[in-house]
Amino acid sequence: MARAVSNRRKMLNTALAWLVGLVIFFPILWIIVLSFKTEGDAIRTPLEVLGSVWTLESYAVVQDRSDYFKHFTNSVIIALGSTLLGVLVAVPAAWSMAFVPSKRTRGILMWMLSTKMLPAVGVLYPIYLLFIELGLLDSRTGLVVVLMLINLPIIVWMLYTYFREIPAEILEAARMDGASLRSELLYVLTPMAIPGIASTILLNVILAWNEAFWTLNLTAAKAAPLTAFIASYSSPEGLFYAKLSAASVMAIMPILIMGWFSQKQLVRGLTFGAVK
Amino acid sequence: MKQIQLQKITKRFGNVEVIPPLDLEIETGEFVVFVGPSGCGKSTLLRLIAGLEDVTDGQILINGKDATAIAPAERGLAMVFQSYALYPHMTVRNNIAFPLRMAGIDKAEQARRVEEAAKTLNLSEYLDRRPGQLSGGQRQRVAIGRAIVREPTAFLFDEPLSNLDAALRVGMRLEISELHKRLATTMIYVTHDQVEAMTMADKIVVLNAGVIEQVGSPLELYHTPKNTFVAGFIGSPRMNLLAGSAAQKYGAHTIGIRPEHIGISADKGDWQGVVGVSEHLGSDTFFHVNCPDFSQPLTVRASGEVEFVYGDKVYLTPDKTHVHKFDDRGLRIA
Repeated sequence: MARAVSNRRKMLNTALAWLVGLVIFFPILWIIVLSFKTEGDAIRTPLEVLGSVWTLESYAVVQDRSDYFKHFTNSVIIALGSTLLGVLVAVPAAWSMAFVPSKRTRGILMWMLSTKMLPAVGVLYPIYLLFIELGLLDSRTGLVVVLMLINLPIIVWMLYTYFREIPAEILEAARMDGASLRSELLYVLTPMAIPGIASTILLNVILAWNEAFWTLNLTAAKAAPLTAFIASYSSPEGLFYAKLSAASVMAIMPILIMGWFSQKQLVRGLTFGAVK
Repeated sequence: MKQIQLQKITKRFGNVEVIPPLDLEIETGEFVVFVGPSGCGKSTLLRLIAGLEDVTDGQILINGKDATAIAPAERGLAMVFQSYALYPHMTVRNNIAFPLRMAGIDKAEQARRVEEAAKTLNLSEYLDRRPGQLSGGQRQRVAIGRAIVREPTAFLFDEPLSNLDAALRVGMRLEISELHKRLATTMIYVTHDQVEAMTMADKIVVLNAGVIEQVGSPLELYHTPKNTFVAGFIGSPRMNLLAGSAAQKYGAHTIGIRPEHIGISADKGDWQGVVGVSEHLGSDTFFHVNCPDFSQPLTVRASGEVEFVYGDKVYLTPDKTHVHKFDDRGLRIA
């Protein structure tokens, strides 16, 4: 039953929601504002900043000094590559856990998720050494593999919850119809789970795009994605707010635009299949 | 010829024995109905035959060959599920063609068989729709179409009509019966609805707690139920089962009398009672009569309209030639 909410209460709720939204969005908004200012103006007080001239100077300098498109390409390859590879591994894993569960399925799921709670820096040293050994340092292949492994628990969890919504009888029908395990996954389960798989891919592309710890630690120049591109403008002594902001805006814009157009799928993804 | 034979089939889930060792033979071309209350193991038995569940013990023979361990698809059986289990992302055409596609049959032959099945089932206009755009009855027909194109050894139906409304159910019941007459293929049909069982079956298998209570033709079960369970389960409305002195008079522990075998009269009869609820169907009237001699009301069926109302005092007389007698274990006497 709908609960009666008075008009005053409704307005208050709306105002509060806008306030929270603005507080969360403010840093991004401020970065966008600063990116259009000169270095000198960018460090003034907020009111002075807003009153100063708008300029594209920082963008020009950033584009001139570093190769945005190389970093962008690296980000795209790493984010998409790790996500798609992860989905490829996770579909059979989630299938077996959703449709042929054993006593330990629940435990395995929890254990997988628990690896996400491990501080990443704890395994930096061994992974760094492995990368040296395997010649993967500063390579896109290396990052694709590491980010795939980092996000795999989330991908498996998400796909598992989506698969659980698919009635087992349909898969049994496919088995009766002579579908092999491969055909069952390929022609029946995967097409039925497309909305779920799409949400999973979207969310994990964003997670991989934003991932900074591994991308900064395991790359130097060749494979550096946009996270490294931003980082190269933060320096401890000089305060290049405007350039740093311009670099940040350039780095987050693609993913922000993608997120904007796929809000519906993303909400579904973030609620792990709870919204039907 | 025996087409499907179950020999000492047993199914356990962990420590729970759902089906104790069970034997059953199904002849080629027969329409066999498994009927029983919820949880009696009838669906499990069907799934064992289909190969969707593993047999704990015993053997399943299909056309004389041991099929106990082979994959569902290789048993040559087709199944129609309660929820229809259609592939929602495929058109009706692709749904029906799916088993053919999986069998690697060439496109032209696929199309020919799909068209043929669609014609049989009046689905020709719907071939390019998706299951979501069809009504319940149409979906059911698509599920049957998907089974027909495989030209299976036998059809397995798992409560296929229970999701349909009453009117549609009667229609589909006739369609399935007619299909059986036309194809003359073995059909195994699971239902909890004894009317479906009676109207469709050549042979009914009554199951209770995983055990076969009786196997026989609908009329055999109706006329000579082997025990009180079958007596009470087959027939609508239920047979009246009476114990005590009324039964002793017939030399039995319990007697069973069907509602249509009790006469109702205003002035004389064996048992006196008071009319409770009456149900008027037009062709028949069912009276629920409370008799002081018995703990439960008796159901009496009278042909046509009979004028008794709530609270009327009446007399009931059983038809002596149709009294079923059971011993203290509930088994039929003679």
